[in-house]
Amino acid sequence: MIEFSKVTKSYSVGTRALKGVSMQIEDGEFAFLVGPSGSGKSTIIKLITGELKPTSGTVHVNGYSLERIRKREIPYLRRTVGVVFQDFRLIENKTVYENVAFVMRAIGAREREIRERVPYVLNLVGLDTKSRRHPGELSGGEQQRLAIARALVNNPSTIIADEPTGNLDPARSLEIMSLLTEINNLGTTMLVVTHERDLVERFPRRVITIDDGLVVHDGMDGYYQYENQ
Amino acid sequence: MGIISMKISNIGYLIKEGIRGIFLHGFMSFAAVCVTVACLLIVGSFSCLTYNVSLMVEDLNKTNEITVIIDENLPYAEALSVGTDINLVDNVLKATFKSREEALEEFLKEHEGDEAFEGVMAEDLRHRYIVVLEDNSKLEQTVEDIGQIPGVAKISADYELAEGFSTLENVLSIASVAVIVVLLVVSLLIISNTVKLAMYDRRDEIAIMKMVGATNGFIRLPYVVEGFILGMLGAAAAFGLEWLLYDWMLRELDKVDTLNMFNFVPFEQLLIPMVTIFAGAGLFVGVVGSWTSIRKFMDV
Repeated sequence: MIEFSKVTKSYSVGTRALKGVSMQIEDGEFAFLVGPSGSGKSTIIKLITGELKPTSGTVHVNGYSLERIRKREIPYLRRTVGVVFQDFRLIENKTVYENVAFVMRAIGAREREIRERVPYVLNLVGLDTKSRRHPGELSGGEQQRLAIARALVNNPSTIIADEPTGNLDPARSLEIMSLLTEINNLGTTMLVVTHERDLVERFPRRVITIDDGLVVHDGMDGYYQYENQ
Repeated sequence: MGIISMKISNIGYLIKEGIRGIFLHGFMSFAAVCVTVACLLIVGSFSCLTYNVSLMVEDLNKTNEITVIIDENLPYAEALSVGTDINLVDNVLKATFKSREEALEEFLKEHEGDEAFEGVMAEDLRHRYIVVLEDNSKLEQTVEDIGQIPGVAKISADYELAEGFSTLENVLSIASVAVIVVLLVVSLLIISNTVKLAMYDRRDEIAIMKMVGATNGFIRLPYVVEGFILGMLGAAAAFGLEWLLYDWMLRELDKVDTLNMFNFVPFEQLLIPMVTIFAGAGLFVGVVGSWTSIRKFMDV
């Protein structure tokens, strides 16, 4: 579960990125986080992954209190949250298999477990036949599917997808969204940050809209017209 | 138990990753080894040179002899026995007897062709001992001790030369230690910067590892293994080159007669200290360099 309560975040340069955000995303839920550039979406992601600490208020993510988390606990928090980025962030010199396997090794998994789990996850995202390729040999959609496999392999309770379709054409975008929906149907909490109105409307789910550091809309009634504010 | 065994199962992988990293980032690895070799060669060569120079000064120091003149009234046999007492004095390395006849022969040789000394007889000179000291800095005390031996009439010593040698030895040892320390620090900084550059090359990879929940130890170990291997490779190459270079220099010096006065010790005599210095520096540079360089990229 992700829970923000009256969260503010100010940067040292004086920018107030969040001005009192409160929201709750239940286990197994699927939610979109939308909002214009500079509205505070990235700050929310960084707070969830422990890259930042809130200036005030409380943030709870999968049992961790982010306002008082210790540095050495952060890796363990991150193992409960898989992150998918717009620019994929894959390790170019590792094969598809190794890009996924090293995440399991990072948490100390046994080789036997890795040999069982990685092919299963690659099969889930449709990359089982390309396990020996390198990221540079894959298409954009395939690279994003690989990033999803990496986020998924340690069976996290939550996946945050930050503009997962931002670099993809519409057909590949739908593919990725369908994949994320499938994963959500298996019980993983899903928070998708996006700008793409079409996508939000094609997949009617809860939409949380952030603008100027505040939640301006939170509901199941589709894309919120923040542009017209 | 589970966690421990899982971590042990990872060690093999992490070591393999470290070795793989050397080949994956071939150019940076090559640069790090080259910088290590160059820096260690400079430090090693200077250390060899200063060691040899200090040995030479030490040898030169021993050529500063003092002359102990024996009382002219002492018969030959008694003059000979004074030598036993002189040899017992602390700081005396060697006392060699020179009879008045031998002294005359030497005197005439020195003043050959000089008419003023033509009439000098052995009786005009006295028996003497040529004394070599262990440590010239204690010259004054030693002269005082020898002066108290019965039968010793006069002692002739070059205080200025002795003082000069002592000063030279002190200056040389302080200067060499200072230069070696400075060279070592500069070398470490250069090598550490090269390692940092290699780490900078991989900052994205490190950030990804952090993002997926890898612990600092998991991220660090391959880099430390890599640093260790590169450091030791650099040290081994520098050591081999130093040996070749040193032997070549000795052979070249041997060919020039006028340079025979420089008595360099063979490299075999320097083997243990050189291996220690090179291996220590290689280990320090590789492990500590990569450990500290990676720290700044871990804060994600």
